[in-house]
This record gives sequence, structure tokens and C-alpha cells, in this order.
Amino acid sequence: MELTKEEEALLNGGRGEAAAKLMRLLVVLGELYEADRMLKVSSVHVSGVSYQNLGDAGLSLLEDLASKGAKVRRNVRVTLNPAGMDLEGWRLMGVSAGFAERQLRVYEAFKQMGLREGLTCTPYEAGNLPAFGEHVAWAESSALAYANSVLGARTNRESGITALASAITGRTPNYGLHLEENRRPTLLVKVEAEVKSEVELGALGYLTGLSYGEAIPYYQGVRVKSLEGFKALSSAAASSGAIALYHVEGQTPEAERFKENLRGLERFKVERDDLKKAFEKFPLDVGFDLVFLGCPHLSLEKLVWVAEKIGGRRVKGKLWLCTSRAVYQRALELGLTEAFKRAGALLLRDTCLVVAPLRELDFKKVLTDSFKAAHYLSGSLEASLASTSQCVRAALEGRVSLDQA
Amino acid sequence: MIRLKGRVIVPGRVEGEALVSAQPLSFYGGVNPETGVVVERGHQLEGLNLTGKILVFPYGKGSTVGSYVLYAMAKRGTAPKAILNRRVEPVVAAGCILGGIPLLDRFNLDPVETLKTGFKVRLSEDGRVEAWP
Repeated sequence: MELTKEEEALLNGGRGEAAAKLMRLLVVLGELYEADRMLKVSSVHVSGVSYQNLGDAGLSLLEDLASKGAKVRRNVRVTLNPAGMDLEGWRLMGVSAGFAERQLRVYEAFKQMGLREGLTCTPYEAGNLPAFGEHVAWAESSALAYANSVLGARTNRESGITALASAITGRTPNYGLHLEENRRPTLLVKVEAEVKSEVELGALGYLTGLSYGEAIPYYQGVRVKSLEGFKALSSAAASSGAIALYHVEGQTPEAERFKENLRGLERFKVERDDLKKAFEKFPLDVGFDLVFLGCPHLSLEKLVWVAEKIGGRRVKGKLWLCTSRAVYQRALELGLTEAFKRAGALLLRDTCLVVAPLRELDFKKVLTDSFKAAHYLSGSLEASLASTSQCVRAALEGRVSLDQA
Repeated sequence: MIRLKGRVIVPGRVEGEALVSAQPLSFYGGVNPETGVVVERGHQLEGLNLTGKILVFPYGKGSTVGSYVLYAMAKRGTAPKAILNRRVEPVVAAGCILGGIPLLDRFNLDPVETLKTGFKVRLSEDGRVEAWP
């Protein structure tokens, strides 16, 4: 791989030992994937923030890097993925003081390195919004699928540590989805059912990921009507599979380019029965311990929508809503946080149930509108899926009405 | 004496005893970083200690958090002395680079086939490996 003088200097310790190690890591990965050179990145999103995932091993690595003087490269917009708790309101969640102490140390180490913004899986709604064609290094499967597909930015599936390396060095190796020729669809998904809601888009993504783990799907016959819909599709496809990029005919920015080149692609037909089957993996039941919305993190528009659905009533079941700090702040200004409080719902920032210390929280049955959340939660508890309005109604009534559509 | 030559990812001049697995290995959830013992159920190396060994396996698998586990092992002194892979993947590469664990791959002869557990192994910094029973 060819390196510039500046990159050579970085590799040889010109900006400290930590930066040299992380640059070495990127060079090795570049060589593994036969990259010809490094790309400058202007935007990075770092995962591996929850102590629940990092453990002491990750915490000690982050503290070491911070103490060795690793610092985010100037001119790189950097955001963090959610932590295992609301950094301020963690007591309301029932997280233990021991967990909180370690989680706060993780955040402290990131802050020392210059990473303080975000704490969200929707960085694109919190000030980190790459432009079309921009080379970026994003971790967090749902966010990077959104960045590639909906924004037309270019990123590989980074891990926490490779994204951190890009934040510190400002570089990523030029391979994979950074290259034009690797962004072509590899699968034609013909949707022959009317996909009506966001959760059904989740089902569509979930099925695609499950059946074709690493494909680049081109969707035909579906119209995504909201950004929330794209969030549901991206996150579901990236959780059941490793889908980092998809195209939707007539909608996503790169779809047009490939419209005439679909012949010969493998085909995947999705009918109403198939969508139903996706839901059957997470069947509805009358009871639940918690209704969880906000995977991926809720947008301000969606929070307003939920508040209107609640309409001043009090919830009978437990309802958690998760969003980013950025949206939380705006919700506060609009008086929404107060409204949720009055309704008995808990609005959390910085975190999400999927990366929280579930063992400490003692939920056995969770109802959600997110295929991604259901997929990951079902490893440790019972997860059911319903539409967002069904979820809100269930929270209000304290039970799920199985007859409603 | 068996002689191999591989690609150097993290250089090192070390000598030790080979521990060979024909199966891929996940460090996250598969190895206890406190003890260096393989805990993955049903794995060929289950119950064996990796500490101080020249660890030979085809490639890494599993969560990217595995990098942090390898790093933690290096810090605690429970890491292998070196790792020889058929073909390295990003999780093991990141862990070895950060933890300073010598790492080689892409050999002229497959180390998984050629080396046996218990062999003495000597690595040079240029990627040459000598081994003998």
C-alpha cells in the first residue's frame, strides 16, 4: 500500500505511540484487503461504548490509549454509539452503581481522546451527517447501513476499534464499499406485498438479512415513506445479516445508476406471507414487563407523534423511550420530557435497551416495534413485535389487545 | 527441522511450544482473559491454557470485541507468546497489534497442517519459523 509522507510519519510515531499503533492497525487491514492507499475521512462514528459490551478488557484499552495521548484528528466529525445507561438518569433505569462507575470511566476515557458527542445509534440526527459520496468510517451496523444506503456516503463495516483508529488518524484504507465497483447490487428483491408501516419495513429488512447475509439488495416494489422507515429497514437488515448497503428503486441516491443493470441478479420474492413469517419469530402475547421504543433512537418527529398518541393520559404499563442527547435537548425545549414524565413514561438519552446491562434490569418480556431490538434481546429474554401505535396502545392499556391490526 | 516462512504482521523473536487447533477461534466468549484458558464448549482446545504458547489456528471468528480480549490477555500476561494463522482476519490482527503479540500468516506451508501440538517453535523477526518435535 502506498502511504503519503504524512502517513509514514504517523506510522513511525510522529504523533505519539498510540496514534502509531492505530495507524499500524489500519495499514495491516489495508494490506489484508489489498487497498492501494489510505483515504482521508471527514466523519467517524465509533461503537463499543457500552461497558456491557466492552468489559474490563475494553475499558483498560481505552484508558491506556487515552493516557498515551491519543487524540481525535482535527477536522474529523466524531460521534459515539450509545452507552449502557443514561449517563445522567441511570438510577431511573435501575442500573447498579458498580456498572455506572465503570460506564462513566469509559466515557471519561473517550472524552480525554476528544470523543464526547453523540452517544446515539442515529448520529445522522445528532450533527454527524455525511454528504453524498463522502468517505467516512462508521461502526454500528444500523447507522452505517443508513449512511451508505440513504445518504450515499461510503463506509465499510467498521468495528469499534477500527473506527477509533480512523478518528485518531483521520484515515481509512481504500477498499470494499469505498470503491464504486463494489456498490453494485448483488440481489434483486421483488416486493409483492404492500408494505404499510415502519415495522413491516423492518420485517422486509429482517427477511433479507436472514436469507442473504452479506448481499447488496436492490428493492423493487416498495416505497419507504419516512426516514423512520429507512431506519427500520437499515437496522433490521443489518442485525439478521451483515447488510451494509442496499438500494431502493426510485428512492435511494445510488439506485438510479444501477437501474439498467439488474439482469442476471439473483432474485428474492417477498410476499405478504413471508412478512408474516418474520413476525412469527417474535409472537405477540397479552402480557409484557416493558414496552420499548427507540431502536434505532427516536427522531424528534417520532417523539412528538408518540406524545400525541398518549394525549395526556397515563400509561398503565412500563414505557421506555430512547433517543439521542441532541433530540432529548430539543424535546426538553418543547416540553415533551415533562409530558412523558406526567404520562409515567421514561424518556432516556445516551442509551438503549440492547446495550444495557439486562441482567441488572430484570425484564423478562419486552414489547417493541424494532426487529433489531427483538433480534438481540431475544438472546436473553422474550421479545414480541408490534407496530409503534400498537406498542403505545399496549403501554396505555397495560396489556396487548391481540385482536387489533 | 521444519522450516516455514510467513508474512509478518507483528514481528517478534520468540521461542515456545506449539498449541495447534484445526478449528477457528473466538477470543470474545471463547477464551477467559484472566486465565488464558479456552472456554468455548466443544472446541478442540476447550480447557487448554494458551498462555505462553505459540498458538496456531486457521483464523479468528466471532465478535469484534475479541480484539479487546487479546489486548487484555497481553496486559495481564495470559496471552500466547505468538500467533500463527493460515489467514489473519481483522479481530485477531487488531488484538495482536494493540497487545504487541507477534503475529504471522500466509505461510509457504500451512502451519495448521505442518505443526503439531508440543513441537518446539522458534520465530524470527523476518517471518521465518523453525519447528521440531
